[in-house]
Amino acid sequence: MSWTTDEMMTVAAARSLVGATTCFVGIGLPSTAANLARRTSNPGLVLIYESGTIGAKPDVLPLSIGDGELVETADTVVAVPEIFNYWLQGGRCDVGFLGAAQIDRYANINTTTIDRGDGRPPLRLPGAGGAPEIAAHAGKVLIVVRHSPRVFVERLSFITSVGHGRGPGDREKLGLIGKGPTKVITDLGILEPGDGCELVLTHVHPGVTAEQAKEATGWDLQIGDLQPTDAPTPEELNELRELIAAT
Amino acid sequence: MAELTTLREGIAELVRDGDTVALEGFTHLIPTLAGHEIIRQRRRDLTLVRMTPDLVYDQLIGMGAARKLVFSWGGNPGVGSLHRMRDAVENGWPVPLVVDEHSHAGMANRYVAGASRLPFAVLRGYRGNDLAARSDTIASITCPFTGDELSAVRAINPDVTVLHAQQADRDGNVQLWGILGVQKEAALAASRVLVTVEEIVDRLEPRPGAIQLPGWVVTAVALVPGGAHPSYALDYTTRDNAFYQEWDKISRDRGTFTAWMTEHVLEPAGAGR
Repeated sequence: MSWTTDEMMTVAAARSLVGATTCFVGIGLPSTAANLARRTSNPGLVLIYESGTIGAKPDVLPLSIGDGELVETADTVVAVPEIFNYWLQGGRCDVGFLGAAQIDRYANINTTTIDRGDGRPPLRLPGAGGAPEIAAHAGKVLIVVRHSPRVFVERLSFITSVGHGRGPGDREKLGLIGKGPTKVITDLGILEPGDGCELVLTHVHPGVTAEQAKEATGWDLQIGDLQPTDAPTPEELNELRELIAAT
Repeated sequence: MAELTTLREGIAELVRDGDTVALEGFTHLIPTLAGHEIIRQRRRDLTLVRMTPDLVYDQLIGMGAARKLVFSWGGNPGVGSLHRMRDAVENGWPVPLVVDEHSHAGMANRYVAGASRLPFAVLRGYRGNDLAARSDTIASITCPFTGDELSAVRAINPDVTVLHAQQADRDGNVQLWGILGVQKEAALAASRVLVTVEEIVDRLEPRPGAIQLPGWVVTAVALVPGGAHPSYALDYTTRDNAFYQEWDKISRDRGTFTAWMTEHVLEPAGAGR
């Protein structure tokens, strides 16, 4: 079966959820991947959305974190202060799953404003939402984002959510309880923090070269002991396509 | 006991120029038609507070009702930007908009502090990010027991909170269920509370997991069926996801936006008056 680079990215992201018990899910690509994981690699995965829906089992992909489908299929629904204070800050979420508008070499994320120069006002993005505390408190963080030099930048215009700060020891110094980003999954491959906490390219998807990933990165990307990602299986593709077709 | 009123009277009496106003509802139960009435009554210089500004604040901002926005995520969920909010922040159209920007956890805790009548709330948040530097309602604080460095966020106490709910009875007792958001906190933090409802019933049947707001914490209730559209009221209406996508096109251009607002909000044929 042939597949698109976006499908490869979503499948790789879903595979990263093997072994997780609970996942705090952002809308968009993370939600698609987490719901695919429930249909493939991790059927028992508990999906938690910031709207307070715990254990949501949607049959179709929600457009927003508050769609009725999430409430009707949830194990329980709690208020927003509770979801953030007791469940997320309380350390009850194994994995936090985030997207990004900009990301730097330490997997810090910007979703707030982007400087455009030329005397133009900064580009206004939607803002923080749940991401800063997901990045701080989830047991570990997965980031799924399309690979391009506009996204993978040398310097963020604004740090909305802290990944590994400025390097080793920063998360501990800041009192951030989770491990922080452990994988960044893109449409070209997978990046993981190395010993110095800087992102290293560790996997390339079928047909992608390390050179392509370097060109799509706004800093001098380190290349690790490269492994190829397995191509999506027919089962993974069928489940993903059924999920999207039902939406 | 809360007064039963009309939407027009309720907004006229409870929302004043310059007020700090919270129209809450986390994706669900957004009091959109109450926002439209605020626009029709030409309120100005409002400080608008809401975790997720959504379409209703895009409309209020685009019509020039606000001078300040306090929020934590300002997008069109699953679709993209709020174009009127962006235009106001980036270009000052139609009037400049000051923002006080938080994370969801910070905003939720600000309402908790407000409802608790405390000056601030404490959370493990904002450490290492750039949000605190841009806001005068976030500060660092040391735990007096453990010495942990934590963040304090200032309480929010709106002059008026406006909610949409499924049901009220004739004494103004209110019940809402489904996604609960920060509705209870936003109501109890406010000086005045207006609730629009899908239905007025003779007797409220308590539901497990629902929020009940007794009539003595609610100032006024107005019957406004469908008042959350394009958001929804669980068990009464469904979320109009197509309209959220359509809003992207309507709101992108100033002229298209103004024409839409004129036709659908300012001068709708037989608007419920």
